Amino acid sequence: MLWDWNYTWEIMPVLLRASVVTVEATLLGFLLAAVLGLVLAILRMSKNNWVSIPTAGFIEFIRSTPVLIQIFFIYFVFPEFGVVLPAMTAGVLALGLHYGCYCSEVYRAGIECVPRGQWEASTALNLSPYVTFRDIIIPQAIPPIVPALGNYLVALFKETPLLSAIAVLELMQTAKILGSQSFRYVEPITLVGVFFLVMSLVAAAIIRQVEAWLNRTLRISGAER
Amino acid sequence: MQLRQLAVCAIIFFTAGLVIASFAGFREFIPGLLEGAWITVQITIGGSILAVVMALIAALAKMYGAWPVRWLAVAYIEIFRGTSALVQLFWLFFVLPHFGVTLEPMTVAITALGLNVGAYGAEVVRGAVSAVPRGQWEASVALNMPKSLALRRIILPQALTAMIPPWGNLFIELLKATSLVSLITISDLAFRAQQMNQITFRTLEIFTIVLVIYLAISTLITVGMRALESAASRGLARGR
Repeated sequence: MLWDWNYTWEIMPVLLRASVVTVEATLLGFLLAAVLGLVLAILRMSKNNWVSIPTAGFIEFIRSTPVLIQIFFIYFVFPEFGVVLPAMTAGVLALGLHYGCYCSEVYRAGIECVPRGQWEASTALNLSPYVTFRDIIIPQAIPPIVPALGNYLVALFKETPLLSAIAVLELMQTAKILGSQSFRYVEPITLVGVFFLVMSLVAAAIIRQVEAWLNRTLRISGAER
Repeated sequence: MQLRQLAVCAIIFFTAGLVIASFAGFREFIPGLLEGAWITVQITIGGSILAVVMALIAALAKMYGAWPVRWLAVAYIEIFRGTSALVQLFWLFFVLPHFGVTLEPMTVAITALGLNVGAYGAEVVRGAVSAVPRGQWEASVALNMPKSLALRRIILPQALTAMIPPWGNLFIELLKATSLVSLITISDLAFRAQQMNQITFRTLEIFTIVLVIYLAISTLITVGMRALESAASRGLARGR
């Protein structure tokens, strides 16, 4: 018998408990990515070349190196500078940083899609750049890019098994430990695969719903304009 | 914009060079890391070839296949896009032996990454093929071409040009994903880095050099794909 259902039911609660850590890491990482992405996007669009070019270089660098190495870098190298981070914090930081760089490009596209006239109108109304950005530009830039951000949320979710490389007790690490205890890898690893498949299909369906909802509401507000 | 990107690259390489040059004794790490980098490059190339083949097959099966073939292609694409690359890698590495199939770690690495990126690539191929204007299909029907011939001679050559930039991104994704194979005991760049780190504890130098090597390989891919793109679009412009 290749598939043992008794064993499956036995390990199910353990895996479900571990999946909480996976979801936690995903949400914390994405929160960091969303905030950091906006900051990086603003810095990159700065008029000052001394700010924008290094930021662009930094984003390109992070985007073209593997996230696994970045996790190792934060976990193993930062202690040399006296910053000792727990594995979970280091992992979330690395994932947030990596996907923050991806998100910053999305934010930039969203901000650049806001018509120039909006900036000019705000200047004409004597609004400060900060107020313009906060009250005029961001509210118009964010809704169209929500689906793209959602895709990165799913992508980040699928990267969380990498945290097992620095021994965070998330889903993959738990499955590996279960496997090494019982010498049965078929059930734990297959269950992890099924869990990720179900979660990302559900997430994709939710994103599609949100996208449709946004399209509807945007069209209505567009008609009012 | 081009000039700005060049400036960015120049700044990165200059600082990277400075950082590396200022490390004493970095030379002892370089040969070992380069050996690892060679494994990384091999997996990237092997995975890329498999990915392109799988993407073409899956996309064409999904678009033009009979329903069992179509469902198979959809299942392949959804399963490999819906689960993480690491889970797929572990599944092939730990679970397949229980079914009596034991593969070499290198084979597992190339298969898993190729299949994973191939699933993403299938959607790229599908997008590019369906972006070819309908008139091209109608014209080939008018010329009495069989569907397969029209696909091969008319549609795919035009779609290929449109696919090159997104494939460039996917190849870079694949390069970055190769770092995962260090977790199934292949001594690629990431594995060598960890190994040397455990021996020498020169963490900062080793991981910085590794990041720079990955950056160099992905820059190579970007440059290569851009050259390919301009070559392909030149041919298309002449054809018109």
